[in-house]
Amino acid sequence: MSRPELAARIMAVIASNQKIPVESVTLDKTFAELKMDSLDGINLLFALENEFGIDIPDNAAEHIQSVHEMVDGIEKLLAEKAAQQGS
Amino acid sequence: MSPRRVAVTGIGVVSAFGDDFGEFWTGVASGTSAIRAMTLVPPGSLRFPNAAEAAQFDPARYFEAKQIDYLDRFAQFAIVAAREALRCSCLKIGGALASRMAIVTGSSAGGQATKDEGFRSLYAMNGRVSPLTIPRVMGNAGASAISSEFGITGPVYTVSTACSSANHAIGQAFWMVRHGIVDAAMAGGSEAPFSLGFLKSWEALRVVSPDTCRPFSHDRHGLILGEGAGMLVLEPLEAARARGAQIWGEIAGFGMSSDAHHLTQPLSSGAAQAMRSALADAGAPPEAIGYINAHGTGTPSNDATECEALRAVFGPHAQKLLISSTKSMHGHALGAAGALEAAATLAALRGGLIPPTANFTAPDPACDLDVVPNHSRCAEVEWALSNSFAFGGLNAVLAFRSPAAG
Repeated sequence: MSRPELAARIMAVIASNQKIPVESVTLDKTFAELKMDSLDGINLLFALENEFGIDIPDNAAEHIQSVHEMVDGIEKLLAEKAAQQGS
Repeated sequence: MSPRRVAVTGIGVVSAFGDDFGEFWTGVASGTSAIRAMTLVPPGSLRFPNAAEAAQFDPARYFEAKQIDYLDRFAQFAIVAAREALRCSCLKIGGALASRMAIVTGSSAGGQATKDEGFRSLYAMNGRVSPLTIPRVMGNAGASAISSEFGITGPVYTVSTACSSANHAIGQAFWMVRHGIVDAAMAGGSEAPFSLGFLKSWEALRVVSPDTCRPFSHDRHGLILGEGAGMLVLEPLEAARARGAQIWGEIAGFGMSSDAHHLTQPLSSGAAQAMRSALADAGAPPEAIGYINAHGTGTPSNDATECEALRAVFGPHAQKLLISSTKSMHGHALGAAGALEAAATLAALRGGLIPPTANFTAPDPACDLDVVPNHSRCAEVEWALSNSFAFGGLNAVLAFRSPAAG
């Protein structure tokens, strides 16, 4: 999956999970700008774990504040998962 | 401060009859049973096919999509009923009142469907549980959501005493208003028990009727589960009169007791003690009571025990009482039962119309009292009791007084 494809999928999950228009979710937005509170953030992590079949550890999640940071983080977790499956 | 009389100025109901108090009372007063084939669980999955579901309830009518995700059905019911009760009361919550108002809700099971879904996902699907499970399941979810929506910052909590939950909640709120601990209260209960895991647990207990709920009838076979919420707005009577509020009636007394006996078998002496305690708290002699909204679950054991308790408390006057179980129509809503029945009792006193015990077939010698079979009855009654008796032997009885009382 290319990075733009991954980003689009993540943004679609954010929109559906937070019940907001997909156009309002862009890479530069912070979660605060999307009016998400801490519980919303935890709920989103759960949706992303389900979407990609990954576990997002607490320490990986706690510093993520924007959509593009989320894409970076998930890209890394997917790469780790692929490496583990390949090894 | 001397104790204050306490008025009910607002009533809100979600039930199998509809999403408001008007539809509820129209149904109950006309003796119509809202017990139907269940729709919320797959057909054929249970030995009992019928229930009193609030099948009409559409959360999208009341909540934003995201809010629906964050609230279990039982909490949604609580909020919708609270909104109606508050609208009906015309009480303005602001300024000093916000911190002088309480919310006490009852719920037996809390977010049961959410719990069921979360654990199914854990054990049978992908091994994950939604992070919204805990905040949706917690018993106080409804109370907290009402508090947030209306900015009520006084004492807010939830009581869970199985089928007595709502009566315990209303009784505590009543005492807080009576004794000046708060100046208003929202009190009631809500329940949404229709998840397969919870229903299978009820099935295993062998207390649910295979057809319908026939309280006090010779051929009664058990209870029928119901769902919904009832909420009451309570205020000091003087304050309610001073602002020209509509007064549905008074809550005049509250009594509680414990059987100290058995997990599921009721004891008539415990029920009698709670009724006597409510009468004493209300300052009403037994002969003053005209109507009893019975616990009347329709199980062989409850109804016979309740009648024995009524005879013990009221003596010869028991024969003059009008007694009905409205559970025959709105089902047994567990932790919301007392709240639905408080709404029915207040409407009965105010309207001079006693709702019947529906689905009645033939009398049982063990329940040889006037149970107002099948047809409502016109009667001007000043005082009424509403009984709730829970598994675990916990009894809670409210005494109500007609608004016509001076």
